[in-house]
Amino acid sequence: MSSAQASADAPRRPFTGRRVRFGDLSLQVVAGAAALATTVLVGLIVWKVIDGARPALSKYGLGFVGRIAWNPVLGHELYGAGSFLFGTAITSVLALILAAPLAMGVALFLTELAPRVLRAPVTALVETLAAVPSVVLGLWGILVLGPALRDHIEPTLHSALGFIPLFGEPGSGSSIFTAVIVLTIMILPIVSSISRELFLGVPHELKEGALALGTTRWEMVRGVMFPYARGGVAAALILGLGRALGEAIAVTQVIGGGVFIKANLFGTGDTLASKIAASYQGSTTKLQTGSLVYLALILLVFSLAANIAAQWVVRRVAHRHGITRGGHA
Amino acid sequence: MSAGITTPGLRLDRLPRRRRVNRLMEVLAWTAAGIAIAILGVVVYSVARKGASELNLDLLTKPPIPFSLTNAPQGLANAFAGTLVIVGLATAMALPVGILVAVYLNEFAPASIRNGVGIVLDVLNGVPAIVIGIFVFGLLVVGHGQSGFAGAFALACLMLPLVARSTMEVLALVPNALREASLGLGIAQWRTTLSIVLPQTIGGIVTGTILAVARVAGETAPLLFTSSFVGTQTNWDPRHGLQSIPVAIFELSESPDPKDHARAWAAALVLLLFILFASLGGRWLATRSRRKIAAR
Amino acid sequence: MEGAEEKMSTTIEPTVKVETRRHPMPPREQLERIFRIEGLDAVYSGKPAVKDVTMEVYKNLVTAIIGPSGCGKSTFIRCLNRMNDLIPGFTQTGAIRYHGQDICGSDIDPVAVRRNIGMVFQRPNPFPKSIYDNVAWGLKVLGMRDGVDERVERALTQAALWDEVKDRLKASALSLSGGQQQRLCIARAIAVEPDVVLMDEPASALDPIATQAIEALMNNLKNEYTFVIVTHNMQQAARVADMTAFFSISHGEEGHRYGELVEYDATEKIFTAPSDKRTEDYVTGRFG
Repeated sequence: MSSAQASADAPRRPFTGRRVRFGDLSLQVVAGAAALATTVLVGLIVWKVIDGARPALSKYGLGFVGRIAWNPVLGHELYGAGSFLFGTAITSVLALILAAPLAMGVALFLTELAPRVLRAPVTALVETLAAVPSVVLGLWGILVLGPALRDHIEPTLHSALGFIPLFGEPGSGSSIFTAVIVLTIMILPIVSSISRELFLGVPHELKEGALALGTTRWEMVRGVMFPYARGGVAAALILGLGRALGEAIAVTQVIGGGVFIKANLFGTGDTLASKIAASYQGSTTKLQTGSLVYLALILLVFSLAANIAAQWVVRRVAHRHGITRGGHA
Repeated sequence: MSAGITTPGLRLDRLPRRRRVNRLMEVLAWTAAGIAIAILGVVVYSVARKGASELNLDLLTKPPIPFSLTNAPQGLANAFAGTLVIVGLATAMALPVGILVAVYLNEFAPASIRNGVGIVLDVLNGVPAIVIGIFVFGLLVVGHGQSGFAGAFALACLMLPLVARSTMEVLALVPNALREASLGLGIAQWRTTLSIVLPQTIGGIVTGTILAVARVAGETAPLLFTSSFVGTQTNWDPRHGLQSIPVAIFELSESPDPKDHARAWAAALVLLLFILFASLGGRWLATRSRRKIAAR
Repeated sequence: MEGAEEKMSTTIEPTVKVETRRHPMPPREQLERIFRIEGLDAVYSGKPAVKDVTMEVYKNLVTAIIGPSGCGKSTFIRCLNRMNDLIPGFTQTGAIRYHGQDICGSDIDPVAVRRNIGMVFQRPNPFPKSIYDNVAWGLKVLGMRDGVDERVERALTQAALWDEVKDRLKASALSLSGGQQQRLCIARAIAVEPDVVLMDEPASALDPIATQAIEALMNNLKNEYTFVIVTHNMQQAARVADMTAFFSISHGEEGHRYGELVEYDATEKIFTAPSDKRTEDYVTGRFG
């Protein structure tokens, strides 16, 4: 090839392969580092929490989990997560029991019953409820909800149902009951907005097939929509439960504090999260700090479990519906 | 809808009872929706009514005077300043990392890594804020003391999955044809991504950031252990602990003094208004840009 | 709200001669009237779909609704069991008298209407339940709880599906083939013993063998039920229908397209000696 031909054939911009690769590589490395850092961050969180709990982990081991005690008095120090586990369990489960039907009702209203003009505004309103920060809800809980419950609802319930230990003597406005109501308010928007999406996703033909048999709308919802959306609703409930488990601020503002296991809903108590939040002003000993972090560790384990459970349910639902789609011959 | 007329042609079976059940369920669903709206109404009304009366410029300009026995004007200037600094820093930390993660996952990563890091992001999203606070406490506060930086870092951990997810969504919306056109012209992938693809997503990134800011502006738990031992003076230096609006509200709400409560309501009103504006505004921007993309 | 793509058959012969196992129709005077449709107009959000339909449907016959794509056949049949109520923006005027009673009246509960007038849809839509439960669910909800097992078996047998599924009644309905699913939907519809069964292009998504099964089914069951079937397949109408109604597209002012009933008569007459030129053009394939 003569030099004249060579220069005629040469590409306008020579292939400086190295430069091009370097730019791509840089971006990929930098962006990849960010992704790596995120993964490392999660690992770091787990490690640091375990590490911080070490003083209590080494001293108490797993016995900490069941012990009902929290005594920071020097010389008599004894810590345990038992009463807070109970508080977490009872507040989260009760809140879920209250929120689930409410959320279903809202979701059904928005997808089946509401006049067209109301759908968008009401949806926006319910989602706005999710935007209220927990500290504001807690403030409202202490100063408005608590006194209202204490003065009106709790005495009524106590006189009507006082034979059940759950409805014991009303105390101040701060109680497990108030915390349950606040938590219900917090998880309602999550469960309802996911359920709403799920109900909207039920295929129109399925609903028509049921109605064409001469069933009422409710029968169609119960027989076709709920079974179809069952998996997703389960995931939504698990996510709501996770939210309730982790809520520290609003709960600590309204729950009153206490280290015991009592059946009285109207009495005070503490959850894992609220106890940690209540102790932020500082602890006196390494053991106390370690015990607090131990509480955080237990909380972390529960949240991760709820998170993973929800993701697993979603994956199974998607898988099942994937099969559905391919079922036609 | 009243009953049908009975004729030999129209069989009714147990229809009246079934109709009653149906009606009952309808009523229950309407009631549920009514309750949800009523709750929102009551909360917003309480905050608005109690907060508005105490809302004045002093709130933003004057420092708090704890245990004040006089009616000297006081406010929460330190909290407003601190929130600005902390949230600003948190955004500065989370935004670049979140965008880079999204770019990596969407433009470079093989499916397995995309799924894996996606799970990591979801897990990070599910860690309770109080646990994040404990984590950052152990990481940055122990041995060094509290600081606005630590608080900002904790908030950034909360913002990161939100920014990453929303950026990934808008990146996925950019049509592949655009990337191929650019690559086909001989433009390198890194240039394509930075100059062609990312600019398309600016709107979505802004929206996602606004929503993430709205989310963390009201977070208290991560700041309790990282940036709550503060003075009353207005401080802009994040190397020390900075007061923040949510923590201020939290502390004031626990106080027995009704004057403190009043200021808490006022601060709550400002916070709520900001968050509502940001959330609704962000969501409006999101629907608007979705419509623009669909119309293309 | 028309069905999916309509495939226009292009017959070359001037008339359609089709083999049919259909028993001859009893004379008109012996026929009992089930539906009397009077001046029905159906409108979607201000756009008319069908205008001024007046016809009668007779008991224990198969009545076919044929016509080109977009002529409102599906809309019309969905009026008969108030299914169009589910479409927002839908309104209708005129009367549909079922056993003499106008089912479009505001005091009539659509649930009661649908109890008596069932429907099978164009694409099979079995519930995400087992095969057994697909049929049994309607029975249980509607209060027919006596002898559910026998009713299920009878319905599946009538739908010519029993032998294929009797050993796997608990299997998911979604594991069936398309043709089987459609027969399941038919079983589901007839299990609750409606008076009339409406079918909106029931075989359009199916292969010829499955189609044949469904046509045989209609033939065998019409002494128990009344069938009204929408079909874009003229040969199918000629095979199964006793009476045939031909709808066509008209254009109104401002260029709105809507459907109207052109001719309604015994199937033989429609296909061999139609009165209206439009009918003749359609059945001889002269226009698509």
